[in-house]
Amino acid sequence: MQTAEKHSPKYTGKRHRLEKPELLAPAGNLEKLKFAIHYGADAVYIGGQKYGLRSNADNFSFEEMREGVEFAKKYGAKVFVATNIYAHNEDLDGIEEYLRNLYEAGISAVIVADPIIVDTARRAVPGLEVHLSTQQSTVNWQAVKFWKEEGLPRVVLGRETSLEEIEEIKKHVDVEIEAFIHGAMCSSYSGRCVLSNHFTDRDSNRGGCCQSCRWKYDLFEDSRPETAWISEEEAMGDPVLQQFQLGVTQLPLFEEQDNAFTMGSKDLCMIEHVPDLIDVGVDSFKIEGRMKSIHYVATVVNVYRQAIDSYMADPDNYVLKPEWIEEINKAANRPLNTGFFYDTPDHEDHIYEPEEKAAPYDFAGLVMEYDEATGMAVIQQRNHFKPGQEVEFFGPGGTFFKQVVEQIWDEEGNELDAARHPLQKVKIKVDQPVSYFDMMRKKK
Amino acid sequence: MGNKPELLVPAGSLKELETYLAAGADAVLIGEAKYGMRLPGDFALTDIAEAVAYAHEREAKVYVSINKLLHNEQLEELRHYVTELSKAGIDGIQFGDPAVLQTVREIAPQISLHWNAEMTSTNYSTANYWGTKGASRVVLARELNMDEITEMQPELNIDSEVQVHGMTNIYHSKRRLVHSYMTHQGRPVDGGSLDKDRGLFLVEAERPDEKFPIYEDENGTHIMSSDDICILEDLHLLMASGVDSFKIETLFKPSAYNETVIRIYRQAIDTYFQDPENYEFDEEWMESIRRVQDPERELSFGFFYKEQVY
Ligand code: SF4
Repeated sequence: MQTAEKHSPKYTGKRHRLEKPELLAPAGNLEKLKFAIHYGADAVYIGGQKYGLRSNADNFSFEEMREGVEFAKKYGAKVFVATNIYAHNEDLDGIEEYLRNLYEAGISAVIVADPIIVDTARRAVPGLEVHLSTQQSTVNWQAVKFWKEEGLPRVVLGRETSLEEIEEIKKHVDVEIEAFIHGAMCSSYSGRCVLSNHFTDRDSNRGGCCQSCRWKYDLFEDSRPETAWISEEEAMGDPVLQQFQLGVTQLPLFEEQDNAFTMGSKDLCMIEHVPDLIDVGVDSFKIEGRMKSIHYVATVVNVYRQAIDSYMADPDNYVLKPEWIEEINKAANRPLNTGFFYDTPDHEDHIYEPEEKAAPYDFAGLVMEYDEATGMAVIQQRNHFKPGQEVEFFGPGGTFFKQVVEQIWDEEGNELDAARHPLQKVKIKVDQPVSYFDMMRKKK
Repeated sequence: MGNKPELLVPAGSLKELETYLAAGADAVLIGEAKYGMRLPGDFALTDIAEAVAYAHEREAKVYVSINKLLHNEQLEELRHYVTELSKAGIDGIQFGDPAVLQTVREIAPQISLHWNAEMTSTNYSTANYWGTKGASRVVLARELNMDEITEMQPELNIDSEVQVHGMTNIYHSKRRLVHSYMTHQGRPVDGGSLDKDRGLFLVEAERPDEKFPIYEDENGTHIMSSDDICILEDLHLLMASGVDSFKIETLFKPSAYNETVIRIYRQAIDTYFQDPENYEFDEEWMESIRRVQDPERELSFGFFYKEQVY
């Protein structure tokens, strides 16, 4: 990351809060929910069957929600549901019933953008907390105050808010502030982009975004005189118009070898600045990515969990561990930056080069059992692996070691040349103790 | 059938304001980039007072746009601005940020509030919600279709405004995206304008014929549609449904073009309301607009007849 030296840590040490911020993680499905919570999330946000912005994600049924809430309870964690579309007329029927069902399923809060859903929730299901979605692009304290007075205990700020502004908002309004601290982001003000609607007839504000901001564009300058198409005769003899008549109507603002124009942003990563976030008063650290893999969610959650705990335990002696950054990079799909927290993003914060999409590591296996006496672990296969391959084990709280896979056996004790089958349980010898739900990853 | 709708036009200068009112506009939308986004020009407070005097003499209304998303640092000066607008005697304020609503309610409750959350004002119920908070009008999202617009008319407790002509904003970022790109390329931008007058546009690889204007100002980067909405042929459907205000977007157009367009819509509205039952669309109206239309920009129905999925 190029941001470390770019900013002085002007917020560090200003104020040490007693209350720990919440770590809020995305959970695209029930399995991801379990990983997110097991790896340290205090709360997860999920999508239901309706009114969410991830129309492609395998969203939760009420049944799955209940199961998720049950699981979360064991860890003292909460489950939120994103209900953050901007509704159209046809979406209005059924909001009330849907919200009631969420409440009955044990959901702690809904994340809402459209004021009519806010209003409906407050009126019809007062027990259900309402958090204002980032889709509202709330970036000033007075707007935050407005929503607080509407009965909302929490506002998710627009991603355009700086740390300084967050601090000021906290000064003016006694409200919980949730901020995105990690993951992909819209480069537009949230909610203020309809590129997908125009290019593909997909409504971005109801979950249909096709990421047109990451497409490539050519930038030109119109060189026609302003009135050329209105009064051609009048402009006769005009030197600019002559050029226009010669057919030169646009100047490319790029050379053959240049990268194309794009609005695509690098991904947000605040792991190097956890103390700043805590000190200005961010109450909930939100990680983006309901569509991201289990490996991504577990890795990122695990790292922020350690950083937050470590800072809260002893703020004065807090040190940023290099292995946290290494871990984050193992899951990262894109280059990272600090968004608007310190400065308005500039040329270093967008991705003009061709993107290499894939994260460098794969989830290879999940630890199901471990026998201390023999050092043998039962691993559920999640991706192909074979003897001789280097793998890494990691688990909640920072368990971490590398080793080379030696022999692999199936459950009957037959030796295998590779772990080939998804979800197949195999046995291998591990170099250090592991626990149920630790993960094994391999380089791609 | 509803009442005769207002014909609303953004004006960038006093001269434009005079031209547009003379061409048949009933109301103008003005302001400055510091508070209002995507206006065709800046009006200082003194000009606003003058605009109000001029317009009110002709029984026209003056609305001021404060439709940006405000940051903390602007809240204080917003109060001052609203106080001054109130003194100037303006008729309405367009807002998207709740901070503006609160400030106007507190300082100048006599000014009407028009809720304009751009692409996110998409249903009548939310509009009615803002009605309970003091708004008297909703500016409907340009991505709605004809059915959605007409169906919601009887459900609305407040007035509605629909854009019937011109380009629309399709993307707004606080980032300086053109500046960033040019810096990345190593092109000099210092001093060079990236504003509207520069005539910058984007072309996407698979849509070589569509030019999307892009510009930067103090509010960040704005990308505009490659086509111009023109609902003229079906204006009667909107008139019959009771839409209260028709907006013609003037941004990026020479005033001679806007003048023509305003005249034509004026004619269509007046003709309809003389005798709605026997109203007939006049092909010549459309021809007059086509004659001045930039050949590189398609006249389209926007989203009025599009099916969108998600
Ligand atoms: S295209 Fe990009 S900026 Fe627009 S909604 Fe999608 S992700 Fe956000």
